Amino acid sequence: MSATSPRSRRNQVSPGRWLGRATVTTIVVFFILFFIIPIVWLLIATTKAPRQLLTTGAFEWGSFHALSANWSALVHFQGGVIFHWLQNSAVYALSALVITLLTSIPAGYALALGHFHGRKVLLTTTLIVMLIPNTALVIPVFLELAAAHQIAHPLAVILPFSFFPFGVYLTYIYFSTSVPRDLLDAARLDGCGELSVFSRIALPLARPVVALVAFFSFVANWNNYFLPFLTEPGRREPIQVGLTELLSSVPAFNPTAAGVTTIELPTLALATVFAGTPVLVIFLFSQRFLVSGLTAGGTKA
Amino acid sequence: MSRKEPLAAKQMRMSYLFVFGYVLFLAAFGVAPTVYALYLSVMSGSGKFVWFRNFNRVRHDFRFMPDVIHVGTFVLIWLVALLVLVTVLAIIVHSLGQRWLSPSVRFIYYIPGAVAGASSVVLWLFVLNPTVSPVSGVLHAFGLKTFVQTISPAHLPVIFAIIAFWSGAGGWIVVMYGALNSIPSEIMEAARVDGAGAVRTALHIQLPMMRKWISYMAVISLAAGTQLFVEPTVLSQASQGVVPIDYSLNQLAYQYAFKQTDNNGAAAIAVMLLVVCVVLSAFFVIKGGLFERD
Repeated sequence: MSATSPRSRRNQVSPGRWLGRATVTTIVVFFILFFIIPIVWLLIATTKAPRQLLTTGAFEWGSFHALSANWSALVHFQGGVIFHWLQNSAVYALSALVITLLTSIPAGYALALGHFHGRKVLLTTTLIVMLIPNTALVIPVFLELAAAHQIAHPLAVILPFSFFPFGVYLTYIYFSTSVPRDLLDAARLDGCGELSVFSRIALPLARPVVALVAFFSFVANWNNYFLPFLTEPGRREPIQVGLTELLSSVPAFNPTAAGVTTIELPTLALATVFAGTPVLVIFLFSQRFLVSGLTAGGTKA
Repeated sequence: MSRKEPLAAKQMRMSYLFVFGYVLFLAAFGVAPTVYALYLSVMSGSGKFVWFRNFNRVRHDFRFMPDVIHVGTFVLIWLVALLVLVTVLAIIVHSLGQRWLSPSVRFIYYIPGAVAGASSVVLWLFVLNPTVSPVSGVLHAFGLKTFVQTISPAHLPVIFAIIAFWSGAGGWIVVMYGALNSIPSEIMEAARVDGAGAVRTALHIQLPMMRKWISYMAVISLAAGTQLFVEPTVLSQASQGVVPIDYSLNQLAYQYAFKQTDNNGAAAIAVMLLVVCVVLSAFFVIKGGLFERD
């Protein structure tokens, strides 16, 4: 035993260290399960018949037959209203996305690299408003729109969605840290006008931040519930609001729903998958730049 | 010199053009609604100036104080969970090594962020329903046999905190991870050479470096938590009133505006909530020093 080589001694793990590693592994695995189990379960639930959901194991695959039955129950609910909801969501989120990009990219650029009176005030205001949760402004925005008689028009959700100070901040951070002023000055000396300095030099360099702003804007608007809940009634509802409408037709939650067209639990699960899929797909395809975006500024602080 | 002046003036003019659209939206959907809510909150329904009467009226509404307590309890639980767990998880995930394990774990933690809003609450309706839940064993262990038992009023702050943590924590872990990455590797190496273990390194080097970001998370979450709306609204819909329709302050404001057609009362509640957020946010922007780039 005394002849233990240094090498194998290094491989020997002391009990304290072993305990540390075991704790770390347990915590990591526990939270992987915590974050992922509900989603995995939801996907499996869509493949089950209503009775199977109660009788079979939670993670037992149902059948394609049940999946297609759930699908047809969902798409036939109120004459395919689900597609209306999805379409509304897409129109609201994408229109707001376009307006957000058109307004916030130039604004972030000017805040980072321009000189003008009121710049400091605008920057500070942007930071303060950015930290205010958008839900805090929903009731005031609703009261404002109601006073202007603009409720139940698509613009009643698209325009408020388009106000996205976080996008301005991201653009501002990007331009002030990764685009040198000298570069723009050189272009100006070469006779470039201000507009072409922006469109030909700054904008091509800003592609990553454009993608980032687009991502955060789309996700925030697709998942927004409170504002459209107030301003877009009836058939103008987006999917998030529509989803909760489905709830009132689920007998498992609402026994009084018997009589009207009812929605079974697996069908509700399928609708939830529909509501989450667009953002989930974007997540999967954009994880790299996303992570860099979330830490924007963080790495430089 | 004579060439430079007009150039600067031209640049300034263009800058105004560049910020114009954004300033328009800031005015229309940031400033104007705030000012209008302030105005409504000090007026009567018939348009007379009534000082703080609306605020007093709302404050003495029998639903107001319970809602403050509901929201406060939820925010407290959620905040503690976020501060402790996000910090610990970020440090642990950061220690996993750079190759593939750490990014994968980070991404898995982040995935629920995609299922935010009403869909995350609907998803949790399933998880909280012992008859179908994938973790019915856990629920049974706590003596919960039915959905109504699970969502009994005493459990709600914890439930809302779990739902909010589930969909939001991953994003914060990524942010904290970024902050940890900004610690120069020489410092970490020096600590290792000095014989500091993982726990001591975390306490004496990593935590101080993360401090600003932790307070950033605390401020944002505190402000967002006071706005609780979608979780109780959806649960209320699903439970036919076991969860009351006026559980949170924003729901109460909604009741004032929609059910009592009392926009002045709704505005008064909204202004109170907004003041909390603006004060928190302004304090942080001015004192926090996290956003200084000039």
